[in-house]
Amino acid sequence: MIPSPFDYVRVTSVDEAVAALAEHGEDAKILAGGHSLLPIMKLRLAIPSVLIDISGITDLNYVRVDGDQVAIGAGTRHHDLENSDVAKAEVPLLPHVASRVGDPQVRHRGTLGGTVAHCDPASDLPTALLALGADVVLAGPEGRRTLPITEFFLGFFETAMEEGEMIVELRVPRTGDAGWAYEKFTRRENDWPIVSAAVAHLPGGGVGVAMANMGGVVLRAPAVEAALAEGKSIAEAAALAAEGTSPSSDMHADAEYRSHLARLLVRRALTVAAGEAAPSTAESTAAA
Amino acid sequence: MQVSMTVNGQQRTDEVEPRMLLAHHLRDNLGLTATNIGCDSTSCGACTVIVDGLSVKSCTVLALQVEGGEVTTLEGLAGEDGELHPVQAAFQSEHGLQCGFCTSGMVMASVGVLAANPSPTDREVREGLEGNLCRCTGYHNIVRAVLKAAEAGPVAGQVPQRSQEVSA
Repeated sequence: MIPSPFDYVRVTSVDEAVAALAEHGEDAKILAGGHSLLPIMKLRLAIPSVLIDISGITDLNYVRVDGDQVAIGAGTRHHDLENSDVAKAEVPLLPHVASRVGDPQVRHRGTLGGTVAHCDPASDLPTALLALGADVVLAGPEGRRTLPITEFFLGFFETAMEEGEMIVELRVPRTGDAGWAYEKFTRRENDWPIVSAAVAHLPGGGVGVAMANMGGVVLRAPAVEAALAEGKSIAEAAALAAEGTSPSSDMHADAEYRSHLARLLVRRALTVAAGEAAPSTAESTAAA
Repeated sequence: MQVSMTVNGQQRTDEVEPRMLLAHHLRDNLGLTATNIGCDSTSCGACTVIVDGLSVKSCTVLALQVEGGEVTTLEGLAGEDGELHPVQAAFQSEHGLQCGFCTSGMVMASVGVLAANPSPTDREVREGLEGNLCRCTGYHNIVRAVLKAAEAGPVAGQVPQRSQEVSA
């Protein structure tokens, strides 16, 4: 499969990329690692007329502490996040989840900004970013703006990114050694999650809980978070994981089974994050 | 558009359409047909090559994205005197193949696994090769081959450094 023809523009700075987006209009797409965009272009689900390759922007690939947050360049590849000592020390949920994305070859190419912009309801890292309450930094013709990720993911492959904007940075709280967990249910290890749950104990108190593939977009689990805040037990809180969700039914699982998985995986993730159980392995997850 | 890259030690500059995939560039423009295209959808790993030291699936990379990069395909793995790379030799001695279609990608991905982890366990090899499918299901001997190759030391995770040839 070969994508439809397009023009290719290579840029070396964010300013150049934003100028190119303004010049080429709504049919232009940003190309980073290309591991979400090229597959859908090969299937003709996306037919952009111009690709703006930002992989030559060297200062978009970093993980660094900035005040009480960790700032991660949008061009940071999953492989680099997975192996970042700063990320491992400051926000260990993220490098762990990066290591669970696809396979090594995919992680060598895919970028954090790319997976967030793509906004697939079944993607791993957006789920972790949602649990962490990340901020998304966008650059556009009017300059930069920062959005909470809860306001960024709007719906099925739909984000709050305006025409002419691109993601330049993700910012997450420094959770340090506070509890975290990621429980992912797949048929094969390198697949997209059928359902997954991310849990992060947050610096201000409170626990962030998010789930993949329980609807058209990655979701927080507000009923679970509220129950925990009220002092309910993990079992009581996790029982509410599927509340307010409308998961799809497909060849892998029907909606009822997905709801069961959500309750199960959220309970496991909360238990692991609380230090009361070891993380699931591929073998123990398969026994779900 | 023009694209320049070093492929198996040789500097190449070619005219490509922007939509040309690296896998097609290697096979159709450069005649390097060891790189197979299997699923063509980033799943099977048959098209795995090494770009700038890391394994990638060349069906999901544009040739233009490798501008200025260094690519190693299976053709570039053996020494200039024809001596097999340790991973190639181990695939041969352990019979790490059945029909052979996935082998080129398996060998390149295995070099990537050993580059990241020169002395992996059986489990680490299996996890490292999770992006490569063998539809003959010949995994046991493939894993055995990678473990055997690791006995050669760090060289098993390296691609040969070739003397730079400049094409006319």
